[in-house]
Amino acid sequence: MTSIPYIPAYEPPATYLNIRHTVASWLLTKDHKRIAILYMISITLFFAVGGFAAVFMRLQLLTPHSTLVEAETYNKLFTLHGVIMVFFFLVPSIPVTLGNFLVPLMIGARDLAFPRINLASWYLFMAGGTLTLSAIILGGLDTGWTFYTPYSSTFSNTHVVLAIMGIFLAGFSSIFTGLNFIITIHKMRCPGMTWFRLPLFIWSTYATSIIYVLATPVLAITLTLVGLERILGIGIFDPNLGGDPILFQHLFWFYSHPAVYIMILPGMGVISELIPAFSRKQVFGYNFVAFSSLAIAILGFVVWAHHMFVAGISLYSGLVFSMLSFLVAIPSAIKVFNWTATLYKGSISLETPMLYALGFIGLFTIGGLTGLFLATLGLDMHVHDTYFVIAHFHYIMVGGAVMAYMGGIHFWWPKMTGRLYNDMWGRVAAVITFLGFNLTFFPQFILGYLGMPRRYYAYAPEFQVYNVMSTAGASILAVGYCLPLIYLLWSLRWGAKAPNNPFRATGLEWQTSSPPPTDNFAKTPLVTQEPYSYHTMEPQGV
Amino acid sequence: MESQIHKPDKIWIYLAIFVALMALLVATVAAASFDLGRANTPVALIIAVIKALLVILFFMHVRHSSRLTWVFVAAGFLWLSLLLCLTMTDYASR
Amino acid sequence: MSDLTAPIDHPPLVAHQFDDLQQQTEADTLGMWVFLGTEVLFFGGLICGYLVYRHLYFDAWRQGSEITNGFRFLGISSGAWNTAVLLTSSLTVAVAVRAAQMGSRAVLLWMLAITWVLGAAFLGIKAAEYTHEYHEGVMPGMTTFHPDEEVTAQLTKAAAADQRELGALIQRFRMYWVFYFFMTGVHAVHMLIGLGLFAFLFIQAARNRFTPQKHAPVELMGLYWHFVDLVWIFLFPLLYLVR
Repeated sequence: MTSIPYIPAYEPPATYLNIRHTVASWLLTKDHKRIAILYMISITLFFAVGGFAAVFMRLQLLTPHSTLVEAETYNKLFTLHGVIMVFFFLVPSIPVTLGNFLVPLMIGARDLAFPRINLASWYLFMAGGTLTLSAIILGGLDTGWTFYTPYSSTFSNTHVVLAIMGIFLAGFSSIFTGLNFIITIHKMRCPGMTWFRLPLFIWSTYATSIIYVLATPVLAITLTLVGLERILGIGIFDPNLGGDPILFQHLFWFYSHPAVYIMILPGMGVISELIPAFSRKQVFGYNFVAFSSLAIAILGFVVWAHHMFVAGISLYSGLVFSMLSFLVAIPSAIKVFNWTATLYKGSISLETPMLYALGFIGLFTIGGLTGLFLATLGLDMHVHDTYFVIAHFHYIMVGGAVMAYMGGIHFWWPKMTGRLYNDMWGRVAAVITFLGFNLTFFPQFILGYLGMPRRYYAYAPEFQVYNVMSTAGASILAVGYCLPLIYLLWSLRWGAKAPNNPFRATGLEWQTSSPPPTDNFAKTPLVTQEPYSYHTMEPQGV
Repeated sequence: MESQIHKPDKIWIYLAIFVALMALLVATVAAASFDLGRANTPVALIIAVIKALLVILFFMHVRHSSRLTWVFVAAGFLWLSLLLCLTMTDYASR
Repeated sequence: MSDLTAPIDHPPLVAHQFDDLQQQTEADTLGMWVFLGTEVLFFGGLICGYLVYRHLYFDAWRQGSEITNGFRFLGISSGAWNTAVLLTSSLTVAVAVRAAQMGSRAVLLWMLAITWVLGAAFLGIKAAEYTHEYHEGVMPGMTTFHPDEEVTAQLTKAAAADQRELGALIQRFRMYWVFYFFMTGVHAVHMLIGLGLFAFLFIQAARNRFTPQKHAPVELMGLYWHFVDLVWIFLFPLLYLVR
């Protein structure tokens, strides 16, 4: 027997990913980075479910009197699409994935303030998702994502209570996530990380958290009232029993309008990171961008009844809410102007994340400006509940929030996984998404203006040409979403190892290894510089 | 270390606050037994607000707390008032 | 590799994500305050509904609250008794927190026990009220009468010309009870949770888990208890004293 000399194998550095491999080490993890990955997988699945519903809807609407699905099935499809996309994809999306991953890294902390509550939030979210999905599997839900009473509370014969319980749980998941972020940002910043050195993503996550914490409980109690009314028939929202259905709408939109800013504010935060990084310039007007996030969060709470102009609220109230709604345009415009000014004379490189960011600016601007149409009391009477509204909010939520989410995923993917994806495919996917999106939703502005109402399974034949365009666009958009799934997953196995800072970006998250170790930093960082100091970096030599 | 962790309050402060709270309770019950016309509800609510402030400031130690705590406490009630006031713009003007 | 492990000089009693005990205590306390802010808005949705219907159906609110306030022990309404019970429990909680700060375990245990008993007494009185209201026949879903007997009497006459009008009066009266039971019910659920938390605190205190340096659970659950008391301070005039 010859003895073989012991040669120590190469040992890769310990990262949050390779430190343990068991299933339990993932399901019981308290590491914010692993929880972010759990969330990312979960919301991708929910996005797929919601997306499939959209596919069937667009196929149904290809022809004016399609027989692909029944009218009742169509109602269940748009409800499924709305409930899943709003409560289980858009509301959590950026905060629970990128936010969870990045908030401690960006402020130089080892973890969020309450890691156990963070894990519990994920379980609440999954429990809520399971309940809501089970309502859909058991026979569906046909109230629309808005659950308007008295239809939802008295007349609908579908599984409203089950779905409501799911959303209730997901809501508390949001509340605890917001609480965690607020405390973490206040109390766990590393030495030198003053408020005005925080990355703008942190400012917008903070603003989002305010909405999570202060708006979501109202939704929870409102849905509880709907559920109780359904079970006990007590008539809080039933006009036949002396109730007022509009009260439901007030309470519902007190949450659900701010929820729109839950979806878009984190996206704005991502864009505020991407634009300076790929323009190699300090962000223009840091203070204005930072405070406009807070302004949007706060003003977003005082505009809700612009969803109810034709519901029967008083004219005086309509005027008040119409005027207040215009105010939100100011901080939103401030952001767009500042991003544009950051681009001005920057040395712009059009890598994948930047393409998504530029797409965001254009689409968000269209979505925001058409929002002003809808906030105008008189014009809203004309386009209320038409495809104009559908197009408007998809420009904000898909053109805005989802584009930003995709941009952010592409920007931080090397940091999260330690792998580089193929940038050429990334750019192709970004362009396809942008083109497909516009072809899907721009015709819907025209449809709405011509008077096609939302939520119908059939339509007048003269609308067909725009509907065909929209369905064609949706199929292109689907390709745009499937491509990243392929090349990103491919990169996990075959992608090149990512350096610590592949985009030469500022920010503490780029100073640790890719992927980071469990405790994030070898030693607590010390911040001595202003944020986004790209102007002081050496120009790219190699 | 000293900034947040304050010294325990004197016990007589708690007892005094308790006596004040009980007195306010008696006051609100007494006020409700008279018909004050339109002042009924404001009187009852003002007494409730005073009671609430005593509990928040003394029993919940907010008077020793950082300014941040004051902001958080105020935010909850401010947002509640947004909900109530703006909803009532509709109902009060129908 | 050593640079990737947690700092060796990490202080005891402090979770790994915090630098020191002060940071941890401040974060815990602020976290509780944010949660209580959430709770304000949770009850806020109910208060908003209450306010709307009180505005629309003021007479029904007045008639309902007369019945609520009419249930008395020793000539004092049960709502006032319950307010007194809760205010007393807030005092004992405040003293309990003080005892934890000063490290006097015996006082802490006594105060926690008294708080628990007072909380249970509150729920007992509440249960007696609910029973009374059940016998009055005003539970949601079974309210078919109106405190103005003439209204009820007329309604039973099928020939009454203004049947709809009389029915509306009963519906309004019923709406008061919906809000009464729902608001007090949600509050009672919070009380039940509070009793669970204080039982937990009592066991922990009996096992000597709290020190003057580290007693965050007592402080946090104390805040929660005071908050539940605060809610009642407003529910009492809103539901019992409508004039």
